[in-house]
Amino acid sequence: MRGLLMALVGATALIAVGVTGAQAEGKRAEVLHWWTSGGEAAAVRELANAFNAAGGQWVDTAIAGSGSTARPIGINRIIGGNPPTAMQFNTGTQMNDLAQQGLLRPLDDLAKEQDWKSALTPAFYNAIQYQGHIYGAPINDHGQNWIFYSKAVFKKAGVTEEPKTWDEMFAALDKIKAAGLIPVAVGGQPWQLQSMFNSILLGEGGKELYSKVWKDLDTDAVKSDKFKHVAEVFAKLRNYQDPGSPNRDWNVATGMLIDGKAGIQFMGDWAKGEFIHANMVADKDFGCILGPGESNFMMGGDIFVFPVLKDKAATDAQTLLATVIMSKEGQLAFNSKKGSVPVRLDVDTSKLDACAQKGLTALKDPSRQILAPDVLTAQDIVQTEQDLVAQYWTTPSMTADQFADQFAQVIEQAK
Amino acid sequence: MSTPETAAGTIAGAGAGTTATRKKRHLSAYVALFPAFIIVLLAYVVTVVWNIWISFTDSKVLPVNIFVGTKQYERLFTTARWLISLQNVIVFGVLFIAGCLILGFLLAVALDQKVRFENTFRTIFLYPFAMSFIVTGLVWQWIMNPTLGLQKVADSIGFTWIRFDWIVQSDLALYVIVLAGIWQSSGLVMAIMLAGLRGVDRELWKATRIDGVPAWRVYLHIVIPILRPTIITASVLLAIAVVRVYELVLATTGGGPGISTEVPGKFIMDYLFGRGNIALATGASTVMFITVVILVTPWLYYEYFREKPRGS
Repeated sequence: MRGLLMALVGATALIAVGVTGAQAEGKRAEVLHWWTSGGEAAAVRELANAFNAAGGQWVDTAIAGSGSTARPIGINRIIGGNPPTAMQFNTGTQMNDLAQQGLLRPLDDLAKEQDWKSALTPAFYNAIQYQGHIYGAPINDHGQNWIFYSKAVFKKAGVTEEPKTWDEMFAALDKIKAAGLIPVAVGGQPWQLQSMFNSILLGEGGKELYSKVWKDLDTDAVKSDKFKHVAEVFAKLRNYQDPGSPNRDWNVATGMLIDGKAGIQFMGDWAKGEFIHANMVADKDFGCILGPGESNFMMGGDIFVFPVLKDKAATDAQTLLATVIMSKEGQLAFNSKKGSVPVRLDVDTSKLDACAQKGLTALKDPSRQILAPDVLTAQDIVQTEQDLVAQYWTTPSMTADQFADQFAQVIEQAK
Repeated sequence: MSTPETAAGTIAGAGAGTTATRKKRHLSAYVALFPAFIIVLLAYVVTVVWNIWISFTDSKVLPVNIFVGTKQYERLFTTARWLISLQNVIVFGVLFIAGCLILGFLLAVALDQKVRFENTFRTIFLYPFAMSFIVTGLVWQWIMNPTLGLQKVADSIGFTWIRFDWIVQSDLALYVIVLAGIWQSSGLVMAIMLAGLRGVDRELWKATRIDGVPAWRVYLHIVIPILRPTIITASVLLAIAVVRVYELVLATTGGGPGISTEVPGKFIMDYLFGRGNIALATGASTVMFITVVILVTPWLYYEYFREKPRGS
């Protein structure tokens, strides 16, 4: 219900943006995206204002739901010959098929002129390319491998230190369980389970194993003992969930931390929006861990792609929009509302919260940057593995060996 | 299927004038049917053929014409989720159709006993059908949620030994969906059956009563055979609901826990839109299509073809 309300509020706000945009004279750009929740809509409004101030005319096409609802609509419009001026995608391989068919406008000249290469991390600079050409203007960077914890629950259970290894973490979870609270707020939807698994793979398995699995799709790495160890750690967490977890939404799980019912949650940094909404302060009421184990930053995010248009004026509007998206001001304004961090490394981020600072520290070290599976690998493989991870989670009789074998089989088939 | 022809024949027969008028009448019938024919051709036949073709290509997000043979089918039948989906739709289909028919029939028989407030009861029983599967699914998700619904009620009054947490057990969650489906659709079956029961000749009842035949035997041996067309209509409607079951699963369990309640409809939708693998999705829908054709063809043969001599 609250989600619906938020969506309505968001939609109203966006209509308002559309109206003010229509009154202004300028380079008209119809932007298709799926940011409709409260915080997301506020972030889009910042971007729209920046674009209008730069002499553009933002026409908002917001599609409620997730990317899997909005993306096919946009793709159908592009194929059908009625493309929007710009369209949101997640950073990574989602745009490849369109780029391959020559339906997207390459942004090589613009990127060279504005020196995107030195502004972006190398990983992101690669992620917006397809076969050597740049097709996307990245807007944000979402950290996906955070563990958030409730300081109140840790205190009640007598956990004084932030766990740094999985042994310490399990000891802490045992204490929380003994205190009669729920140790892990699990959202039992397949994507959330996979996010949990990847977070452990990156922390406990390490960056090298993670890259071999998700970047190189190396089946030997999948069958290694270290991978099986990761699978066992993941499976052990089953004992720390509550019976209500299947099909639970992520924000409901975050709510369990906010209400002091559960100890930790694996989630991307968008969960901060929920904490902030409940008037909780990062590092004071709730904590955040990148890890345990190796402390890396798993990056994912959103980009805008620009379909090939025949109209010269519309193409100019695309150029202006890409410029605004990549401007320092545009990035800061958008990301301070979205919960993510700017993709440009040269933006002044001193005003972002304590967890964002932790993430930014990690991001400054290129060896701690790693891209999310969705960015590295085709959706098809990522999501088929997602089914397997979910099946493994709910089938205690499946061993780590069987899991690893099937994981490798999925890669073989989908390659 | 034979209805339009028969109707056209009757009209022509009624005209019964010269051959010219008959031809003219035939022509106008065909002209009238032409738009419908074109729509059926484009909207059904062409799309089915296109769908089958795409399933033999390497299409991902966009349809492409690169032939890859049976690759998609090989992958499909080694994908755990697809196999679970097929298994689930069979279990769901059998239990759902049987459950709806039995419960619907019993409700109809009960209402046919000239009870008071019949209209009120009929409305109550039919009410769930007025809701979409999404609403039904959500309601049952809440009822069966162990931290909100029945389980919590049972726990709070001390019956902790009762287990109502089927929705979180991967081997029982499917039955929650069956329950929700029966709850939603048996009202419709009741309405259809009641109409059928009202069509049974009252004289028959009088006759059996004089002969001293117990009521249950009359229902079993006389009424049910008379209701056969009604039962077939209800079964066809229910079978269609089984093949396209999607929203109910989405709202009740989201396919979970894990992938234990996935169904083919959801598999196709997910791969078509969310996962950007059109070829695999069309492969799956082709399998569904062929399955339905294989099941329906003998039945059509039995229903229409075989009985034709008796009718004419």
